[in-house]
Amino acid sequence: MTLAITNLHARVGDEATGKALLNGIDLVVKPGEVHAIMGPNGAGKSTLAKVLAGHDAYAVTAGGATLGGADLLALEPHERVHAGLFVGFQYPVEVPGVVNGEFLRLAYNARAKARNQPEVAAKDWAPKLAEYIRQAEAPEDFAGRGLNAGLSGGQRKRNEILQMVVLDPLVAVLDETDSGLDIDAIKAVARGINAWRRADRSVVLITHFQRLLDLVQPDRVHVLVGGRLVESGGPELSARLEREGYGRWGA
Amino acid sequence: MTDAPSEFSAQDYKYGFSTAVEAETFGAGLDEAKIRRISRSRGEPQFLLDFRLKAYAVWRGMQPPEWASLHYPPIDYDGIQFFSQPKKSGDGTPAYASLADVPKEVLETFEKLGIPLDEQKRLSNVAVDAVFDSVSIATTHQQKLHDAGVIFCSFTEAVHSYPALIERWLGSVVPTADNYFAALNSAVFSDGSFVYIPPYTRCPLELSTYFRINNTEAGQFERTLIVCDEGAQVSYLEGCTAPKTSKHQLHAAVVELVAAQDADIKYSTVQNWYAGDPETGEGGVYNFVTKRGACRGARSRISWTQVEAGSAITWKYPSCILQGDDSVGEFYSVALTNGRMQADTGTKMIHLGRNTRSRIIAKGIAADRSQSTYRGLVQVARKAEGARNFTACDSMLVGKRAEARTYPYIDAQRDDAQIEHEASTSRLSEDQLFYLQARGLSEEDAVAAIVTGFCKDVLDELPLEFAAEARKLLTLKLENSVG
Repeated sequence: MTLAITNLHARVGDEATGKALLNGIDLVVKPGEVHAIMGPNGAGKSTLAKVLAGHDAYAVTAGGATLGGADLLALEPHERVHAGLFVGFQYPVEVPGVVNGEFLRLAYNARAKARNQPEVAAKDWAPKLAEYIRQAEAPEDFAGRGLNAGLSGGQRKRNEILQMVVLDPLVAVLDETDSGLDIDAIKAVARGINAWRRADRSVVLITHFQRLLDLVQPDRVHVLVGGRLVESGGPELSARLEREGYGRWGA
Repeated sequence: MTDAPSEFSAQDYKYGFSTAVEAETFGAGLDEAKIRRISRSRGEPQFLLDFRLKAYAVWRGMQPPEWASLHYPPIDYDGIQFFSQPKKSGDGTPAYASLADVPKEVLETFEKLGIPLDEQKRLSNVAVDAVFDSVSIATTHQQKLHDAGVIFCSFTEAVHSYPALIERWLGSVVPTADNYFAALNSAVFSDGSFVYIPPYTRCPLELSTYFRINNTEAGQFERTLIVCDEGAQVSYLEGCTAPKTSKHQLHAAVVELVAAQDADIKYSTVQNWYAGDPETGEGGVYNFVTKRGACRGARSRISWTQVEAGSAITWKYPSCILQGDDSVGEFYSVALTNGRMQADTGTKMIHLGRNTRSRIIAKGIAADRSQSTYRGLVQVARKAEGARNFTACDSMLVGKRAEARTYPYIDAQRDDAQIEHEASTSRLSEDQLFYLQARGLSEEDAVAAIVTGFCKDVLDELPLEFAAEARKLLTLKLENSVG
């Protein structure tokens, strides 16, 4: 399933006082590919992730995005998930009182239902979830933890990877999933992503750091500045960014 | 979070229909003659008339309480009908002899509310007493309860069939002079439910009373009395709805619970009275209720669980008097307010006996321009050696204009009393909703997950049959405020 973003413009806030954050993004992510998007703070990286996920604080003012040829932006946020998109957030929100394992079953069943697949009963969920936790290299106690409540920033990121594995998307956009993680956690997250990769699954990694890209090799690297992809290249581009920064694009 | 007015419209109160039933009333306003007439029309014994008249005299000398965080214009008691019952062709005896005597429209009303009363359709494991305006319509499953020795009937029937029990227990937990609304209720109460569980009997069914205000001019003043004898056990649930109306309806109930030694009473409420117009605050029920349980015997236990999701104003503090040594009082509450609703609710735990324990879990959810107040008192008397209390109050705000307050009062006369209080305030944010939607949950399921998570500790206490219902009710109400 291909994610195709064409001339995407978006702003936050209303027309009069709002601010344009995406100013014409073009990006095609084909099945099996890994793309990295790098850029300075405020370039629009998280905005891109949230617009793709369907956050209603952002208005798309021009352009569009398709997933497998279908209009992604016409879908409600939960329908995008059912269509095969997963967006891992930079700051996963906590939802007090909701138990992680039970939530993951709800999420799993919502997707299963949308795909006309059998839902999993509460009593059958534990072993299935244990397997997902193993695949995602998440801590074993995550089933019984709160949905991000009581989890550290790093644990929340690992919880995002677990959610990704449970939801079984075809395109995953991971927004700074590596920030706030110690070196062992980054390795675990990278192993989780690599184990999940398949010929029909693609990943967009939004990141500041070379370290994750050393562990999950990108096919393409893009530089996002001022709401535009100003340069694209192979894996060597990220190494150059690590050395030179974003100064040459006026950032 | 948006500041725009919520899309909640009055139509969303699905119980807001009213039934065209010819009502028999005694006219608006209250005086001694009217009280005599209520009593006479119901063929009451002298002690009950005396009880009413005394209460009326007390009430006339009292002032409505003003300490609650509630705002409403003075109530015009001369404009309220204090007695209303569906008119029947019969001879004026108070209760209906059988379902065949009940007006068809009334039965249909209960069926529409999901409370079918006839033998074929009734709920299989719950005995229901249905109260329409001032009168009990029918009580189901009489035979099965009778076989177990359990008395579950309308208050009216109890007055006739078990006058000694009523005389002994009525007003024994909530004295007539307790407060303004309890005094008023004592003077004019019409119907309600009576329960007696004999010693060492576990009630074979969940007991339930369903209250429906239909007459839009009428107040509802029901009286519930539950006596649980030594070692006996009962679980009781009340549900409430009312039609939509632009006027305020007064609901001033009194509930008394008595638990003897080793007795266990679980009392649950799902309250969904009409809450008034969410924009203007016009109409809706004033829910001024006095609920109190006495743990008279050692090791007795009274547990209140309430889901308060309706009413324009809720003023309600289900309480426990922990007299018996080692007795236990519990209060689990969810109060959801939206539109222009106001709730001032909580509990009182009065520790008198030794090693008495109490537990308070209160969840307040306030949306739109509503106001939610938790008010609770934990009192430990000088003789209550080893008394312990745990209180947790959590408030969740939805939107920017709702208000939540917490007033915990602690009055401990012993140094060894253990009293713990935890409180938190959080916000149901669009970010949370978006996050769950971005994991594949529909908006409805996302709201349900957030609210259910927040209220989990309380909803878990409800009888299974009603927990799902309550979850749905909360979700439905909040969805309109969030969307």
